[in-house]
Amino acid sequence: MTIGLHHFLAVSALLFALGFFAVITRRNAVGILMGVELILNAANLNFVAFSRYSNVVEPIAGQIFPVFGIMIAAAEAAVGLAIVLAIFQNWGTIDTQVTKSLRE
Amino acid sequence: MTFWFWFSSIPAESWIFYAFAIFTVAGAAGVAFSQNIVYAAFSLLAAFAGMVGLFGFMSADFLAIIQLMVYVGGILVLILFAVMLTNKITEIKHSNPIGNPWMGAVLCAALAAVLGLCVFTYPWSTRTPAAYAPTTATIGNAFLGRYLLPFEVAGVMLLSALLAAVVVACKEVKREDLDAGVPSKAGGQP
Repeated sequence: MTIGLHHFLAVSALLFALGFFAVITRRNAVGILMGVELILNAANLNFVAFSRYSNVVEPIAGQIFPVFGIMIAAAEAAVGLAIVLAIFQNWGTIDTQVTKSLRE
Repeated sequence: MTFWFWFSSIPAESWIFYAFAIFTVAGAAGVAFSQNIVYAAFSLLAAFAGMVGLFGFMSADFLAIIQLMVYVGGILVLILFAVMLTNKITEIKHSNPIGNPWMGAVLCAALAAVLGLCVFTYPWSTRTPAAYAPTTATIGNAFLGRYLLPFEVAGVMLLSALLAAVVVACKEVKREDLDAGVPSKAGGQP
């Protein structure tokens, strides 16, 4: 059995599920951001897999969109970690169960 | 004997793919299940490195290098900085606690099952992949031709994100504190 589209989509689905688990169960805000990075990686993997194995008209487009996805991930990481640092300076902790004054 | 026949019937391509895939998924599992935030960060390194291999496997050489430079060289270092700046070294063993694991596990198992069902039942129209070829020149021409406007907008977005990160993260120093010669009270050190 040669490696095909299904293999990459299965790996991507596993990455997405594990990232989603990290996002919804972590209490450390940095751990949540790591889960978001995993989810973005799963999306990029899907784009490239479809560009190589799927019957599309313009295969290179599937390798151009992930570049924008990586840019979004870099911007998200920079701003997200800056917000985490600001929360830590104000609260002394980044536990998402503690920093909930906006929720009340 | 039969085991050896089965073993040798798997092509080398498959071995390479499964090695990278297991590396990636194991790293992601470390991120999802590790209680120590430092171990989770280094598991994220394994996941990103495995993704580099998977991109290379799919003849996306430019994306593989970009992944290595931006994720491993940039985002992971940022995350490690944030980890080191926001945790006390004595509490690092339980620095990444799990809120409600069972609800999350059930939700994620359901999500993975549904996604797997979609992947393996939908009749994807596939084609035989093209031969391995360099893609950097094609992507560069596309960025300076058809995708020029999105490329420029993404550049502006990166600049604004950089400025936003600096503005949000920098410590606030009050004017009267400066006049009185008092060091800033905004510091987070206990």
